[in-house]
Amino acid sequence: MSSDKFDFAIAIGGAAGQGIATPGNVLARIFIRRGLHLNAYNAYQSIIRGGHIFLTMRISDQPVSNHGDKLDLLVCLNQDTMDRHLGLMGPGTRVLYNSDTITPGTPEDGVHLCPLPINELTDNNRNKLVQNTVALGTILYLLDVDFQILEDIITMQFRRKGQEVIDENVGVARAGYDYAAAHFEPCSQSLPSGGKPLAVWTGNDALAMGGASAGVKFYCAYPMSPSTGVLHWMAQNARELGIMVRQVEDEIGVANMAIGAAHVGCRSMCATSGGGFALMTEAVGSAAMMEIPVVFIDVQRAGPSTGVPTKTEQGDLWQILGASQGDFERFIVAPTDALDAFHTLPELFNLVDHCQCPGIVISDLLISEGTFSVDPDAIDMQPGIDRGELITQSSNGASDIPTGSQLANGHGLIGAPSNGYLRYVNTESGISPRALPGVEGYAHVVATDEHDEDGVLVSDEFTNPHKRRKMVEKRARKFKNIAQRIEPPALSGASAEDAEITLIGWGSTRGVIREAVEILHRDGVAVNHLPIKWIVPLHVDAIQEVFDKAKKTVIVENNHSGQFHRYLRSETGLTADGHIRKYDGEPFMPHHIVDGVRELLAGTTDIYVPYQEVIV
Amino acid sequence: MSVETLPREEVEAKPVAPLKAKDFKGKVDPDWCPGCGDFGVLSSLQRACVNLGLRPHEILTISGIGCSSNFPGFFNSYGMHTLHGRALAVATGAQMANHELTVFVTGGDGDGYGIGGNHFTHTARRNVDLTYIVMDNQIYGLTTGQISPTSTIDMKTKSTPFGSVEMPINPITAAIMNGATFVARAFSGDARHLTGLIEQAVQHRGFSLIDVFSPCVTFNKDNDYPFFKQRVKKLEDEGHDPGDWKTACEKAMIWGDEIYTGLFFQKTDAPTLGDREPVLDEGGAMAWRELGITEEQSDRIIKRMM
Repeated sequence: MSSDKFDFAIAIGGAAGQGIATPGNVLARIFIRRGLHLNAYNAYQSIIRGGHIFLTMRISDQPVSNHGDKLDLLVCLNQDTMDRHLGLMGPGTRVLYNSDTITPGTPEDGVHLCPLPINELTDNNRNKLVQNTVALGTILYLLDVDFQILEDIITMQFRRKGQEVIDENVGVARAGYDYAAAHFEPCSQSLPSGGKPLAVWTGNDALAMGGASAGVKFYCAYPMSPSTGVLHWMAQNARELGIMVRQVEDEIGVANMAIGAAHVGCRSMCATSGGGFALMTEAVGSAAMMEIPVVFIDVQRAGPSTGVPTKTEQGDLWQILGASQGDFERFIVAPTDALDAFHTLPELFNLVDHCQCPGIVISDLLISEGTFSVDPDAIDMQPGIDRGELITQSSNGASDIPTGSQLANGHGLIGAPSNGYLRYVNTESGISPRALPGVEGYAHVVATDEHDEDGVLVSDEFTNPHKRRKMVEKRARKFKNIAQRIEPPALSGASAEDAEITLIGWGSTRGVIREAVEILHRDGVAVNHLPIKWIVPLHVDAIQEVFDKAKKTVIVENNHSGQFHRYLRSETGLTADGHIRKYDGEPFMPHHIVDGVRELLAGTTDIYVPYQEVIV
Repeated sequence: MSVETLPREEVEAKPVAPLKAKDFKGKVDPDWCPGCGDFGVLSSLQRACVNLGLRPHEILTISGIGCSSNFPGFFNSYGMHTLHGRALAVATGAQMANHELTVFVTGGDGDGYGIGGNHFTHTARRNVDLTYIVMDNQIYGLTTGQISPTSTIDMKTKSTPFGSVEMPINPITAAIMNGATFVARAFSGDARHLTGLIEQAVQHRGFSLIDVFSPCVTFNKDNDYPFFKQRVKKLEDEGHDPGDWKTACEKAMIWGDEIYTGLFFQKTDAPTLGDREPVLDEGGAMAWRELGITEEQSDRIIKRMM
């Protein structure tokens, strides 16, 4: 970010149960309504009370693609936060804390300590959460924001709790605001007003909304961090939007239930994290074998096994690539941010409906649980819906199923002879028109056993190698040239001729790599960036072309073994010259990549592993 | 997105010729061993469908894996031959997504009470409106003879050459305890009785289990036709009250010279999962509804985000 932009980061630290979410939400609302862009990352632990939570909220008048490198304002809700993070604060920054309970450490020169005598300011209010509201008032004074804005938000936030609660909170916020005015120097940059008001969402909201927009009518899940937000959004909106939402006994049940709903005609989706996805894997292959379109979402967290449930990683790629036995066709896509995730779902649903196969979305904690601003006009909840070759009406008109249904969206409705319908008819495209249960004249059996065109098993009684080969090839043909339906990855940053290093990332690292490229560019280092989103199909030609022209290729990924690098090698034979990898549970910050590029250019190492400074 | 969905009731019913059992015959003949108990279950289901006036396209028959799970291939209806143990999970999704279908789940004791035991428990408590027919032969047949969850203690099989040391599950009491609202037991050697129970089960709204003694003539020499013929005793003949769950459990646990078959338990006033699901209150089957989000819905959602 160049220095003429407003670029400000607030961190709030405390223990679970100290109510960090509320001031975080209030601030986020104030910022987005002012048209400011926001990117918030909440570092937390798998504990309901206690532990340490550290919310970093970066705001700017320009889009922000990650939570940044620096903090400008630290709010300590407990001593632990002061002890852990005071050292992160540099000259010109401010540190707020409750001076009744917290002893400041020794700050770096130029750090403004802002002690708040909470008991005095709140008339010894016993509510432990009251210090959060005092801090809110103080923060807004320091950012030169009119108090009325905070009063309005607090009124909205507490409207269900009655006037007394509203008055109490407005009162203590006012006390914090006035105390700051009397005792503290405001920040050097006052909070600007951006353009039009923005909206705020999490990546899980975006995934759920993308599914809902795509026409998901059946969603089921078993709660698992960090994917549970998708379930919560769906459950909250189910009745209004007419979506069937089920919480199931385990992820095996989830995946199979989603397939059952998909088979009878619903657009059907489920989400989980790596451990749950492990339980779903057998079902993924069954959807491919029965040729049922269904979408699975894996929100990655640090593994293996239970791993670090509240930390991020890109460690499930090979699990997903290897999910389920046998050879089969499926889409695998790793959206690069929340808005991209939102747009990906409708595109993926059209693809899986077209190919009658499963699709898997790879998200991670960073995207899914991050809070981001978004331009409301970018949220198009009415994308094109194309259900592929569906038979929804009896050809002799004898069906008592409702006709003229929306299932005819796109080229949904097709005629076919009701006598001798072959569910898996061997077509040139490999795609066989799919009759939905209920349509008269098309009764058929779908099977997880290998089957012939009519659905009859070929594996049990008389295994027929020629039929088996025919059906394997029929399914495989669905993916012939499928990459042409999907946008290839595009290089950004310095030109191929100029770039000293080409950074290649996948999924959620796009934003942070993009900023690292900008920082390096300002420092005179020419770098470009190839973000990969589609894992299957993989745009081998486009990637090959970039490698052919690159002077030095470096793959950036949030795992230990270089999972994407190994996949790229297996698909293309390409080998990168260097690697930047992080596997401590925390996401990359821009300087981690900048430092890595410098080290790799200096030739001191082939694999750079950044040090995580913010310890939570 | 403006196409109207026509509720099922408004479509004029066309007169249709009555069907015969052979109309429910699948594309291929069963590959079961000669004498397998499952033949009796197949013919009973076909007969029940005729008696109920069902038509093949109105039925979805879902199975898992095992000898008896090959069932959908031998029966003319929409069918799904899914993964081992997962039929009930798939069926729940299918039934909730199109509650206008008549859903049968067919499978074996290993599939349903072993690997699929978790789904059995939860499908019962949810009272999903489907009919679950378990062809219980107390053995793993397709894997050539090992103990199943219903094998009796001391039973000698390839995996228990010195006799099983595990107690069997009691599917009847398990189903009642888990909240199933129609729980019956039958013997495939008495097709008339079984047919009647299937008809009752289909007419019952809610989760119906029929555990059918369906002898494996190849691998289970302990529990064969003569074993059951000598022992089965119909609850109906004793005037058992299916509303009395305690007596039902007591009778279900009797396993000796007498073994009861018939309707053990039925609760007719329990709402099904679909009844409790407000999304199904209007608009017909989920699977046939208009897709996507209206502009008004979209506006409301985005407004809440601002």
